[in-house]
Amino acid sequence: MQVATFLAYLAAAALFIVGIRRLRRPETARSGNTLAAVGMVIALIATLFVIEFQSLLEIGAAVLIGSVLGAVSAQRVQMTAMPQVVAAYNGLGGGAAALIALSEFYHAETVGSGESLVAAITVPLTILIGSVSFAGSIIAFTKLQELAFAGSVSFPLQQVVNALLFVGILVLAANAISGGAIIPALSPVASVVVVLVASLLLGILLVIPIGGADMPIVISLLNACTGLAAAASGFVLENYILIIGGTIVGASGTILTRLMSSALGRPLGKIIFAGIAAAGTAGKGDQEEREVNDVNAGAVGEYLSEEAQKVVVVPGYGLAVAQAQGPMRDLLEVLEAEGKEVLFGIHPVAGRMPGHMNVLLTEAGVPYDKLYDIEDINPEFPDTDAVIIVGANDVVNPAANDPEQDTPISGMPILDVEQAERVIFIKRSLSPGFAGVDNPLFYDREKTMMLFSDAKQGLQEVVEAVKNG
Amino acid sequence: MQELLAQFAIFIIAAFLGFELISRVPNLLHTPLMSATNAIHGVILVGGMITLAEATDPIIRAVGFVAVIFGAANVVGGFWVTNRMLVMFRPPRPRVKRRRG
Repeated sequence: MQVATFLAYLAAAALFIVGIRRLRRPETARSGNTLAAVGMVIALIATLFVIEFQSLLEIGAAVLIGSVLGAVSAQRVQMTAMPQVVAAYNGLGGGAAALIALSEFYHAETVGSGESLVAAITVPLTILIGSVSFAGSIIAFTKLQELAFAGSVSFPLQQVVNALLFVGILVLAANAISGGAIIPALSPVASVVVVLVASLLLGILLVIPIGGADMPIVISLLNACTGLAAAASGFVLENYILIIGGTIVGASGTILTRLMSSALGRPLGKIIFAGIAAAGTAGKGDQEEREVNDVNAGAVGEYLSEEAQKVVVVPGYGLAVAQAQGPMRDLLEVLEAEGKEVLFGIHPVAGRMPGHMNVLLTEAGVPYDKLYDIEDINPEFPDTDAVIIVGANDVVNPAANDPEQDTPISGMPILDVEQAERVIFIKRSLSPGFAGVDNPLFYDREKTMMLFSDAKQGLQEVVEAVKNG
Repeated sequence: MQELLAQFAIFIIAAFLGFELISRVPNLLHTPLMSATNAIHGVILVGGMITLAEATDPIIRAVGFVAVIFGAANVVGGFWVTNRMLVMFRPPRPRVKRRRG
């Protein structure tokens, strides 16, 4: 490797690291992303100086096609669809790693260049991790886009099938490395191709039983996997920037996954092996009729403008689905115009990914210093006059704190809205949310007002009512 | 062998660096951070370019071509979409002033 390229790779690695560091604070995050992108451009240009110039045209054409695909999709995607787009890009990266390892193996076998033992081991490893990441990300995408596989899809002996598949992959990989010593009928190249297909299948089976609520954590984990696949391909190609860049993403992605899963109160092991356990608890069907305090928008507006001084808004996924960020900001403005204090309590799982709701609300123009994390908003509830919960249920469900009940959300940290004076739900129906757990707050007729409406329409009506009130 | 040991050392150091880099990140930034690291592993595009460049066999050429498309889409889409998220996190003060004015 040329010295200049090596030094450029080091510069790129430094920019990746500084970029990630700056991404830890809102003020510097954007420049961090830009610095990392500059590092990427440096790494790509430096690579051009160590490859054969004969295929430059092909490379240019492929880069152009991929860049246009990436740019157009990134520009067009709705902010509500952000999680699945991240999953899609992640899958492409994993797929690229698997394909690179596959062609390197084929190249070494056909040309017969003396491959090292390290390359022989890292090739199947790259194919395995890359393919699992590719297939898993595609399943995550279809689940979040609500194309197919809604909820938790499981079948008997799932864990056994996965384990057998994994053992099969190991045997085939060993067969490929040893040049066909284990299964002579299968050539090394055929073996790695089967490893690729089996790994794709494994990726599908691993993600398919996991419910949509845990998808952000799965995407984060697959993101770390793709990083590892890139690092493994770095060993195959003996390329330093692949090793450094891939490993940093693999390691930081693992930590990020742990941060997310602890913020959501969902232990990682429980999610990965959850599919089977979760299937049993779904569908508790005691539909008893209970009375609720059903109100109209006028009553909500009247209460807000006359009685409430301090208001906390808890937005949920229903707000994102209804695209009600705009009316949400309007409500903030009319309430502040009347001299009221308005805060937003953002649960880590609000929306579909940690930070997703923040992105949606700031896009609509809600200043982000009004957005409070769970630890910061919970002490505010005792002296809050009204909590407005828009399209959310699980994140404010006191059943999660009840040691008597064993529910899918037990142990998840919740927003303690029941400590506020009044609780106002804007919700389409009494249906329990994603986790399927009924909320006792619905039936507290003293404290709770239920405004049954689409989030957007309901908020618009409340805004009008406050204005006229 | 020397080369391999150097690669392994870099791998270990990079892993510890990655573990240390992320700590105490506000929830607000979890999604952008995931999206940005997602773009960084698009560095796999470097591998795709090397593979495609050394390809002589038509099959490898085709596979490498697809790998480069995937990698490029990962890089460009990843950074682009992260930037779109982060444009929204502008400092609060000018935003409030502008609205009142």
